[in-house]
Formats: sequence, structure tokens, C-alpha cells
Amino acid sequence: MTFAQGTFYVLAAATIISALGVVVVRNVVYSALLLILTLSLTGLVYLYLYADFLALVQILIYGGTVSVLLLFALMLTRPDQYRVRAHAQWPLAVVAAIVVFVVLAYQALATDWLGGRTPVLERAGPDVLGEQLFGPWAVPFEIASVVLLVALLGALILARRTEGES
Amino acid sequence: MIPLEHFLLLSAALFAIGTYGLLARRNAVLVLISIELLLNAVAINLVAFATYLDPGRVAGIIIAIFVITIAAAELGLGLAIVLRVYRLRSSVNVDEVDTLRW
Repeated sequence: MTFAQGTFYVLAAATIISALGVVVVRNVVYSALLLILTLSLTGLVYLYLYADFLALVQILIYGGTVSVLLLFALMLTRPDQYRVRAHAQWPLAVVAAIVVFVVLAYQALATDWLGGRTPVLERAGPDVLGEQLFGPWAVPFEIASVVLLVALLGALILARRTEGES
Repeated sequence: MIPLEHFLLLSAALFAIGTYGLLARRNAVLVLISIELLLNAVAINLVAFATYLDPGRVAGIIIAIFVITIAAAELGLGLAIVLRVYRLRSSVNVDEVDTLRW
């Protein structure tokens, strides 16, 4: 096993442990902070997939923006002393999660993805991504910006304080 | 070189953990956090397939960028709805928001 492989498995284990922390810790603020850790570690996983630009985007957007948004929402809603218990039917949720994992893992291992070919690992740099994004993917790109604008306006209108509300 | 299957297993594990969080958490903000985990697992799959099975083209990575975009929009709207529910009910417990239940 080479050094790069070893670090990947350490990284994967760290990602899974911190994701488990997100769903089991009692304190909701810790949960949000662990989510930031999980998503940043996922950004590092993208480096192993030769997607360095995506890794950067992931860490910038999740580490910088989404985290602040989540923490603001947690502070504004003041859940009871920030400590929560799991739902009474959590064993059923465990069963559902295990079923999901078994099905996905079985399919991942049973399928012959490469079909005998050796994968050509290529780095997709920002230049290639930019050409693709503003060429063949220009229409989805513009639609995404409209979606963001609509979501922004919708969030503003939904969260606005109306008259007669405390 | 790391086999493709190992990325898929990592993604499957993250998806399963997200499923558990989605079902077992009662705080609406934590439910939204679990949805982020699910979207993240899907994005890992997309990038892994793009890198291993689709050389030269970057469709998977671009779709992953769109997933991040839509996740941000979804989170913004979701949190706005949660704030609204909190003002109406003084609670963000998803079990208590059951007016439409029969």
C-alpha cells in the first residue's frame, strides 16, 4: 500500500466518524460544527478523485457560507438549551440506514464498473471546467443562477417578520 | 491507485448515516443537516464516476457543482421555513408540526 492509499483510508475513516458524530451528538451546535468538518473532509476526498477545483469550491462554500447560515439558524431558533434527544423510534431508523447501506454496498461491489478497461485518471482543472460550463452547460448554468435568485427572494419573503407577530 | 468501489462504499456509508439522521432527528435544523450529508454522498458518487468512467469529459464534476448550488438554495429556503415555524410554534420539533395530519 502506498502512502497516498494509506492517507485515503485514514481520510475516509475520519469522514465516516465525523458524519456519525453529526447524527448522534446531543448538542446541536456540535452537530453543525461536525457537519462543517465532514464536508471539508469530503472536499479532501475530491482531491483523490483529481477534482481539485471542486475540492476548493466545497471547502469555500461549505466551510465559509453554509456553516455560518446553519449556526445563525441554530442561534435564532434557540432549541431548548441546545440539547436534543433522538426520536423514540430511533431503532427503526438504524434498521433503515443499515438496509440502505447494504443495498448500496452490494450494488457497488457486485457491478463490474470498468468492464476490463483500465481507468484513465485525468485532472479536470478550472480551465477545462470553465470551457465546459460556459459551452455545453451554459443553459443549466444560467438556470442555476435563476434558481438561486428565486431561492434568495423566497427565503427573504418567508423569513420576513409580518405585522402582529412577536 | 484507489479502486472505484472504495469511493462508492464511502459514499454508501455517508448516505446511510444521512438516512439515519433524517429519520431519527427531531430538530428541523438537524434534519436539514442530514439532507446535506445525503447530497454530499451523492456528489462523491458523481465525481468518482466522472473521474473513473468518463475521461476527458467533466460532466460528473459539473453536475456536482450544480448539486452544491441547489443544496445552498435548499438550505436557505429550508432555514427560512424553520424560522417561520419557530415564530408560529416556539418550537422546531418536526413532530409537533402536524396540522395537516389526519
